[in-house]
Amino acid sequence: MFVGPFMLVFALVFLAPIAYSLYLSVFRTQMVGGTRFVGLENYAQALADPQFWEGLGRVSLFLLVQVPIMLGIALLVALAIDSGRLYGKSFFRISIFMPYAVPAVVAALMWGFMYGTRFGLVGNINDAFGVSLPNPLSPDLVLASIGNIVTWEFVGYNMLIFYSALRVVPHSLYEAAEIDGAGQWRVISAIKLPAIRGALVIATIFSIIGSFQLFNEPSILQSLAPNAITTSYTPNLYAYSLSFSGQQYNYSATVAIIMGLITMVIAYVVQLRGMRKEP
Amino acid sequence: MNARSRHLARGTALAGVLALGLAACGSGDDGGSAGGDAAPVDTAAVLEKGGEITVWAWEPTLEQVVTDVEKKYPNVTVNLENVGTGNDQYTALQNAISAGDGVPDVAQVEYYAVPQFAISEALTNLGPLGADDLDGTFSTGPWNSVHSGDGVYGLPMDSGPMALFYNEDVFEKYGVDVPTTWDEYLEAARTIHEKDPKAYIANDIGDAGFTTSMIWQAGGQPYQVDGTDVAIDLAGDEGTQKFTEVWQQLIDEDLLAPVGSWSDEWYQGLGNGTIATLTIGAWMPANLESGVPQGKGKWRVAEMPQWEAGQHATSENGGSSLTVPAASTNAELAYAFVDYATNGDGVQARLDGGAFPATTADLESDEFRGAESEYFGGQKINEVLADSAANVVEGWQYLPFQVYANSIFNDTVGQAYVSGTTLTDGLATWQEQSATYGNGQGFTVNK
Amino acid sequence: MSTLTAPARPAPRLRTPRHHSVARPRRSPLLTVLTAVVLVYSLVPLAWLLINATKTQEDLFSSFGLWFGESFSLWDNIVTTLTYDDGVFVRWFGNTVLYVVVGAGGATFLAILGGYALAKFDFPGKRGVFALVIGAVAVPGTALAVPTFLMFSQLGLTNTPWAVIIPSLISPFGLYLMWTFAAEAIPGELLEAARIDGAGEFRTFFRVSLPLLAPGIVTVLLFTMVATWNNYFLPLIMLRDSSWYPLTLGLNAWNAQAATAGGEAIFNLVITGALLTILPLVAAFLLLQRYWQSGLAAGSVKE
Repeated sequence: MFVGPFMLVFALVFLAPIAYSLYLSVFRTQMVGGTRFVGLENYAQALADPQFWEGLGRVSLFLLVQVPIMLGIALLVALAIDSGRLYGKSFFRISIFMPYAVPAVVAALMWGFMYGTRFGLVGNINDAFGVSLPNPLSPDLVLASIGNIVTWEFVGYNMLIFYSALRVVPHSLYEAAEIDGAGQWRVISAIKLPAIRGALVIATIFSIIGSFQLFNEPSILQSLAPNAITTSYTPNLYAYSLSFSGQQYNYSATVAIIMGLITMVIAYVVQLRGMRKEP
Repeated sequence: MNARSRHLARGTALAGVLALGLAACGSGDDGGSAGGDAAPVDTAAVLEKGGEITVWAWEPTLEQVVTDVEKKYPNVTVNLENVGTGNDQYTALQNAISAGDGVPDVAQVEYYAVPQFAISEALTNLGPLGADDLDGTFSTGPWNSVHSGDGVYGLPMDSGPMALFYNEDVFEKYGVDVPTTWDEYLEAARTIHEKDPKAYIANDIGDAGFTTSMIWQAGGQPYQVDGTDVAIDLAGDEGTQKFTEVWQQLIDEDLLAPVGSWSDEWYQGLGNGTIATLTIGAWMPANLESGVPQGKGKWRVAEMPQWEAGQHATSENGGSSLTVPAASTNAELAYAFVDYATNGDGVQARLDGGAFPATTADLESDEFRGAESEYFGGQKINEVLADSAANVVEGWQYLPFQVYANSIFNDTVGQAYVSGTTLTDGLATWQEQSATYGNGQGFTVNK
Repeated sequence: MSTLTAPARPAPRLRTPRHHSVARPRRSPLLTVLTAVVLVYSLVPLAWLLINATKTQEDLFSSFGLWFGESFSLWDNIVTTLTYDDGVFVRWFGNTVLYVVVGAGGATFLAILGGYALAKFDFPGKRGVFALVIGAVAVPGTALAVPTFLMFSQLGLTNTPWAVIIPSLISPFGLYLMWTFAAEAIPGELLEAARIDGAGEFRTFFRVSLPLLAPGIVTVLLFTMVATWNNYFLPLIMLRDSSWYPLTLGLNAWNAQAATAGGEAIFNLVITGALLTILPLVAAFLLLQRYWQSGLAAGSVKE
């Protein structure tokens, strides 16, 4: 009963549209000829679509590189702050968290401008120091540049989650470690990391889901680098373009559902593995 | 608790089914019948009677038109909404049509997008409402572009005959003559860039509208549309080949600034002389005046470079019409407004605001042609631009799904600007993907 | 146990060695410098925003990105931002506040109820509920965008504030946080005692549980506030009337304005507007630090 209101709105906002999406994915609407039922044809088409697989490969690569880097930095900073060995740790904590308060639109606009090789910051640096930095918006580097923006946005948020988890580690454990003569690194690996395992797993899962759904940043940067960021750059962007540029709602729903399934499977696997080693 | 949670489950399922049912019910019919018995509209009378309409447009000069029309005809209320430019507008329009809800009475649609909306029966045929009597009122390019089959689906609001806008200071500084042919243009590009590696004759990172307009000027007709039969031949079309020959050289020799149009880098480049020319539609002056104040006095206009010396061929680049969506509930008043804005008192108001006309009367008027532009150093720019309007090459057609085709331009042709792919290969891929889409939508493309 | 109390201050400024241990380690300049790298990384773009908000449109183009331009126009920019187009920015600000208060407030309310239920009650399908919610988050937003739009059009909700508010009422992260927080912060015995005393579930909830949940509530509230404040994609599809735009959409519209024939390029207002947009959130986080830090702490404890 308490959970009722939540579930009701949830049904309206999530379940109904998902059901409708499924419904859409088995039809096809044409500009000439109207709508007809096509069964699993859309799914067959999607699974054979090179643009879909390319986008999927891209976000998988993104995931494998950006998530560990971002969570790694977040973890290191959290450990550093928790170790009490920093000067001005509250300042660090709040400042590194600040980027989270910036909307993705603004973040992408800001970084997009800074990446400009002619009049942006990169260009300014080139002029000032006489170097020729590679273009962050070229097709080779743009994925890394997007990774940079996403890392910037969320490293503080993840850092805070880890830090908060570290804060509740009972001091008795530290005392015991000290009695045993353990050094800093030992303390970290034997006490701190296992204690925040839950937070690590959740942060990883949400990051994975976020990576697979990468959309905001490429979408906003697309006007700056339309040749580097194609309309099928990420699966989510592909689904969006299909809907809104091509009016191919049915195929778009199909792509999105397939992506959703893949994401769910992987998130579930991560959760299983992460929770498995319970003492 | 158990009973309650069962209620809960049922309630949730019910909500889900209800929402699904509602959605399914509504999504079926779109488009709707274009008015049964339409008769020519007496604009003044209809406006006198009044009513309320919604207009979706991004053209800034329409604000003044709305103010004027509401003052002159107090019974009329016009809700002018800017729901986005170009593609954003078309997306919003298509969404509204699919949902069957919130469709405006008047919508601004660029010329290249009109066929798409017309063929999907989303627009009212304005012929019976009075447009059939308007032959000769508008210049050829735009007038042809608003026709589809036998119907007229919009009235031209402005036009964009292409011309060469150039920064005279730059040309003088490097001692380069203003090019009159594309071969001369190529030479000028080389000279400018050699003398100053930071300066370029133009910027280009791949723009569908620009490319199609260039092919148009070269006499190409890569798109042949006959109802639902479509032929796309970018690979074999002569006009296209003329374009790629010259343009590929510009790309290969790095003579084009890698800056996207309408970005802040672009505005900067136009202002500080690192982008020396703009081959673009005649609506550009208003943008230069507001966006590039540091360029005042430095820019001039000339006829666009020709493919063969002595010719005077041009094409249209951009420009929009005002249309009446089929789902509008007040087509008469909507048409009256459109008429007023494109063909009546509204025209002068817009010209005063900086718009470039599509009406032949204005294009040929002495007052218009003789106007001196302070921004352009006192040059009578309208003379050049109006002549360009008269020299538009005839016979060009857009695809009935041009909006989509343009959206994948950068995915395909755009690659030629950032990798080893050639323009020709890029265009071939564009052709292929456009054809696949067309066939998937029920057209018969290249078969 | 000297390790747990503050070390005695050394009287003279001699190199009196402090008692170092795992719990009271020596301060490390090196570590500070390394962490400062991350700090600089986080703050540079924000500094960029602040500096560039002081520039005029021309200055933006002609000056170095990270240093000031010729004129210091911060005040002018702010005034222009607030008055441009009949003060539409202020209207957008008001809209955003509306969406945030109702949306985030509502989301927090639902998350509290839901999380409390998941933590403290046992009902069939409990695990399923949570799996379902997390699973739904995995579905890309674009899958839901068009169907939600079509659904809402049927219900006549598009282009109204409800179209923005209703979808923002669901916060899976909020639900998760409240669940773990409630599980930790409210001892089962307390609830048992209340029940034995004859209090109904609602009374128990309001009198006993709610006060204990306070830090968690503030945390969820802040996080849902950020999410709704920065909401972009769904409002983009749902809203047509620019007078209902939230700040994010408004800024985007201003930015796109430069790209229209006859449109006015107002990048300096976009940047100033962006600065003004993030200030309230930054302020909220700074002022409410105490609450959400402890809220996150408790919420992160896993079984």
